[in-house]
Amino acid sequence: MLDDFMVRATLAGVGVSLAAAPLGCFVVWRRMAYFGEATAHAALLGISLSLMFEFSVFAGALFVSVIMATAVTIGQGRSLFLDTLLGVAGHSCMALGLIIVSFISGVRIELMAYLIGDILAVSKTDVLLIWLGLALVLLLLIWRWSALLLCTLNEDLAAASGLYPKRENFVLTIALAVVVAVGIKVVGVLLIISLLIIPAASSRSLGSTPEKMAIYASLLGALSAILGFNVSYVFDTPTGPSIVCVASLIFLLTLTFSLLKERFRPGIKIT
Amino acid sequence: MLIEVQSLNVRYGNKKVLENINLSVSSGEIVTIVGPNGSGKTTLFKAIIGSAPISSGKIIMSPSVKVGYVPQVLNVDRSLPLTAERFLNLVNNRNDQGLLRAQQILGSEDYLSTQISSLSGGQLQRVLLARALMNDPDVLLLDEATRGLDQPGSAAFYKKIEEVRESSGCAVLMISHDLHVVMSASNRVICLNGHICCQGEPQSVASSPEYRDLFGSNIDGTFALYQHNHKENKSRINHSNA
Repeated sequence: MLDDFMVRATLAGVGVSLAAAPLGCFVVWRRMAYFGEATAHAALLGISLSLMFEFSVFAGALFVSVIMATAVTIGQGRSLFLDTLLGVAGHSCMALGLIIVSFISGVRIELMAYLIGDILAVSKTDVLLIWLGLALVLLLLIWRWSALLLCTLNEDLAAASGLYPKRENFVLTIALAVVVAVGIKVVGVLLIISLLIIPAASSRSLGSTPEKMAIYASLLGALSAILGFNVSYVFDTPTGPSIVCVASLIFLLTLTFSLLKERFRPGIKIT
Repeated sequence: MLIEVQSLNVRYGNKKVLENINLSVSSGEIVTIVGPNGSGKTTLFKAIIGSAPISSGKIIMSPSVKVGYVPQVLNVDRSLPLTAERFLNLVNNRNDQGLLRAQQILGSEDYLSTQISSLSGGQLQRVLLARALMNDPDVLLLDEATRGLDQPGSAAFYKKIEEVRESSGCAVLMISHDLHVVMSASNRVICLNGHICCQGEPQSVASSPEYRDLFGSNIDGTFALYQHNHKENKSRINHSNA
């Protein structure tokens, strides 16, 4: 079954979406979108290093994302310019990565695959890595779910309840690095943040509890991956961007739906 | 002794936020911390609950001491769907006694199914206090708990705190800008401005030169009240108009 590239691509897309969506809810709740984006951009440095020294792209991306995310998590609270620092770190890593890639012959065309993903080229090993990453992210999130929610609400309340907010935040950091690393093959470093935040944003109006929101986000993410893949197959469009466009379309639909629901809510007249 | 702070120093980078703090809280006491903005009041609370980095000194508190903490603000992003009820039960070591007290604070429970981001200021304050009481704490830490409440609201809030203390015997350590409340309701007042300027019974603190330096010479506190709490100032003007 895995010999069929379409099956592999679908499994890869669904796997990455399922891992990204629930984590994406935390990214949205904690307003970490820029943090995620900077981490993903920095991953390009890891990719270029792995191409240069010929080791696994996945390991390279994971390595740099973890370092980047850890550095930022430690720096958090010590500086008021966190998003500026993120911008500096994320983009310098990306620029450095692009320069390193330019020294490697024959990689220039391949580079596009790391920027926007190349889902049709995923191997059996890639699919395995993606689903292992998915399992790790889900286990981490389920294990720390309540603690993470309380830390998201208020870190001092969490500390007063006997939690260690820094440790909990580190769980999110690791999960984010894993999602970035496994997402590169599917949507690339430029678009991975959209798989995190768009399904989460779509599910906000559907879920009345954090759990429901995370589950709806996962379903919508997986749906986007499957539909996007088919769209790209039928219209011969790049797959990663197609998945993201389908996810955005779903977001527009749920937004319209929630606005209509608001408008026609019984008991409230809008004049 | 429930909490004992010994020569505590806290720095953020090169900035000394707290310097050589020594204080203790015994059971049943109401101790109030007053001080201007940026004087390290909230940082002191954070050090006690373990979320501020201590650069030297120590805080002695038995692990068996249960703490109830009411933060100054709770900014809940509207994107997070969470009902008040769920928030109350999120990682909270409840016990029967605590639940009973929490229920008394919450009053009518019709707002518990409301999303926490759409609660009114008064409801949110009650929910935060109820949450802090659910483990039947030995000490209650209140960080400007009446912020955002109008004057009748904050008076009612302090009355509730007094009731809780009488029935449970818990100690209360609070940060307050309502100097008139401080003077009438506390056993002890600590005047903080990076270091402890003075501490003692309300009357002796109010007449000390250090306190006057910080809050002006008007001892009854009205002047300082107007200077430090603009919200309350506004509500007073509204009252006189009505």
